[in-house]
Amino acid sequence: MSLNIIVLAKQVPDTRNVGKDAMKADGTINRAALPAIFNPEDLNALEQALRLKDANPGSTITLLTMGLPRASEIIREAMYRGADTGIVLTDRVLGGADTLATSYSLAQAVKKFGKYDIILGGRQAIDGDTAQVGPQIAEKLGLPQVTYAEEILDLKDGKVTVKRRLENGVETVVAPLPCVVTVNGSAAECRPRNAQRVQKYKYAVSPSEKEKLSDEMKAIIDARPYLNLQEWSAAYVNADPEQIGLPGSPTKVKAIENVVFTAKESLTLDNNDEAIELLVKELIANHTIG
Amino acid sequence: MANFYNDNPDLKHHLSHPLMQKIVELKERNYTDAEKFDYAPFNFEDAMDSYDKVLDIVGQISGDTIAVNAEGVDHEGPVCANGRVTYANPTKENLDVCRKAGLMGMAMPRRYGGLNFPVTPYIMAADIVSRADASFENLWGLQDCAETIYEFANEDQKMRFISRVCKGETMSMDLTEPDAGSDLQSVMLKATEQADGSWRLNGVKRFITNGDSDIHLVLARSEDGTKDGRGLSMFIYDKNDGGVNVRRIENKMGIKGSPTCELVYKNAKAELCGSRKLGLIKYVMALMNGARLGIAAQSVGISEAAYREALAYAKDRKQFGKAIIDFPAVFEMLSVMKAKLDASRSLLYETSRFVDMYKAYDDIAKERSLTPDERKESKYYSKFADACTPLVKGIGSEYANQNAYDCIQIHGGSGFMKDYACERIYRDARITSIYEGTTQLQVVAAIRHVTTGTYLNLIKTYEEAEIAEAYKPLKEELVKMTALYAETVEKVVATKDSEYLDFMARRLVEMAGNIIMSYLLILDASRNESFDRSAHVYFNLAQAEVAKHADFIAKFTPAQVADYKQA
Repeated sequence: MSLNIIVLAKQVPDTRNVGKDAMKADGTINRAALPAIFNPEDLNALEQALRLKDANPGSTITLLTMGLPRASEIIREAMYRGADTGIVLTDRVLGGADTLATSYSLAQAVKKFGKYDIILGGRQAIDGDTAQVGPQIAEKLGLPQVTYAEEILDLKDGKVTVKRRLENGVETVVAPLPCVVTVNGSAAECRPRNAQRVQKYKYAVSPSEKEKLSDEMKAIIDARPYLNLQEWSAAYVNADPEQIGLPGSPTKVKAIENVVFTAKESLTLDNNDEAIELLVKELIANHTIG
Repeated sequence: MANFYNDNPDLKHHLSHPLMQKIVELKERNYTDAEKFDYAPFNFEDAMDSYDKVLDIVGQISGDTIAVNAEGVDHEGPVCANGRVTYANPTKENLDVCRKAGLMGMAMPRRYGGLNFPVTPYIMAADIVSRADASFENLWGLQDCAETIYEFANEDQKMRFISRVCKGETMSMDLTEPDAGSDLQSVMLKATEQADGSWRLNGVKRFITNGDSDIHLVLARSEDGTKDGRGLSMFIYDKNDGGVNVRRIENKMGIKGSPTCELVYKNAKAELCGSRKLGLIKYVMALMNGARLGIAAQSVGISEAAYREALAYAKDRKQFGKAIIDFPAVFEMLSVMKAKLDASRSLLYETSRFVDMYKAYDDIAKERSLTPDERKESKYYSKFADACTPLVKGIGSEYANQNAYDCIQIHGGSGFMKDYACERIYRDARITSIYEGTTQLQVVAAIRHVTTGTYLNLIKTYEEAEIAEAYKPLKEELVKMTALYAETVEKVVATKDSEYLDFMARRLVEMAGNIIMSYLLILDASRNESFDRSAHVYFNLAQAEVAKHADFIAKFTPAQVADYKQA
């Protein structure tokens, strides 16, 4: 059975390598100072999609991302790993969206997309850590949702069996298709970029990127349909202007503070077994470990 | 999140050498594959961009997976049970990632599923992988054996076996036997032809790297009653056919992740590769040249790892109130390590480009006859490739050992403990100057290029090359060093005493190597000023070494060799 799979992904600033210029004076993220990367848990979701494709030859994986035009970079990254194509939902009026407006916009894009069997996405993005977009999209589309997925165990007869990673164990659930599955970071790591695919898809471009190329390159890309990515606007997905971007976002950031650890919060231990044991007990008691 | 390609600008420098344009054009036959394969390049820039992007994958896998796994691989190692080898779990993970990334069969033509990479970017991948884990390079690098099938097997065999290698099956080259190590003419493994044209192999092989591989190249005696190399042929054994068991694996000092096997052949079905009787005299020689370049790359990768570990420790470690890198004894050691690393890497890629040039012509010659000019050019590069391969394998592996030694020295007492990577690097480095021909055998292969003047001819090409103004004074000195080298060679050759020549061979080969690598670093520095330091530091080392050897030989008479003979 061939599947039509949508993977939701986001290009995010690499908050794992934060320098001192990561934040601007007004408390917003200084995106210029941080490299833009494929949101890590979206890569876990992509791997689950690729496994479904491996098991169901003929399946297609479309990466759907909302962001700046340069977000096509992560579509290429996904194609190097096995995705077939991608769509960038990009429009000035979509900017400044909170999770409500984002999930509305993406749900509109999914509706425009048409027929699909399953939607996969990462649990959350490392720039916001909300874990709200996946579930909200499911609600807006009226689909069942499976969150904290660690592994898709089986997909057949219109049903998907998913192992979920919970705080104190695992749970296996069955959901009817189509549904939304958000994948946890504990799931299998995404496979590497493939050398042949990199060479095949490195010139895949969105229309706005293609504009800037030489006529010679345009001709090469025109001759190879798989190199043409899509760019969708808010109007194209029939988005209500009141529900997108800043107007559609009730969430307002009041303030962002730097947390500076002071010596008051540090503890010096003696170098002996008793002190270590006490520390471990304390860490278990406050759920830092265990 | 480490990338061993991107964090090392020296690699991009070597990849962007001016000769690459010609290499890529020959290799890609004016980019005709672009019609047939959607991942083939359509021009030079496209090809170079693809090498860069694929090496970026190699760099990421090396940094994020292979290097991270190296310690676990070293500790766990492979196990042998019931005649089969099981890799350590982290080794399995490394192989799995490399397969998924499509990094097997990189240099093989696209029609078999390969990437059709020239030797230079392929060797660069080997350099990168070796920095992460030298033992894994042995498994991954054995894809080299497919080259022998490509060059000498028939089309049906190429289609069946090379396509499997490109999908990720591993290979081994089964040459050594208990009584045939450096002297492969003594190989005894018996091959018997069957009525149906297939062959059966019987006997024992020893010290076989990755001996439980999927596809083996086997050197065996096909001609009954013969005793020398002319009775040996090359065979392909497919593990799926059965008949070869692993009796034991060696407990080694280093490269512990790579299983070194003793193999027992019991009526194992095999097929002839190429023509009978050419097994050793033609095919193994070709196989060895490729393997030696691979070991040179492994040595350079190990040198890189040793230098980086030592540098990081020296910056971090404080004694007497300051970082030890600020003490002359330490910073001298580090700069000499870097100079040796840079020198051997420059020679590595110079050699790989020579190999690329003549191999591309060899391959074209299979389709059409070469023009007289092409034949001349092919011969020119083939000769330099032959001369530089033993030089870079010999000197490069000695430098890797020296760098690994100095890396431990810089770590002091901590380096002697099992806590730091340097002790593994030191153990892994040790084999590089032994396998695929010891340094002493590389000298045997290299000395004829001393006496016939190949190295001198190569040096002359460097004398004529354009260099930056700043290096003219060094060049003047190099011209003098070259004259001293030529004079010393003449003196030794004039004695017509072959034992004396053998005795002095190492010194003469090293002199040639020192001068060649000095020139290469000056050329590198002329193109990219980041090599300026190494050009100077290596020149100083080379100048002293050349003078030392010349002085030793000048004061030494053939009669003195007797003092060295062991009772």
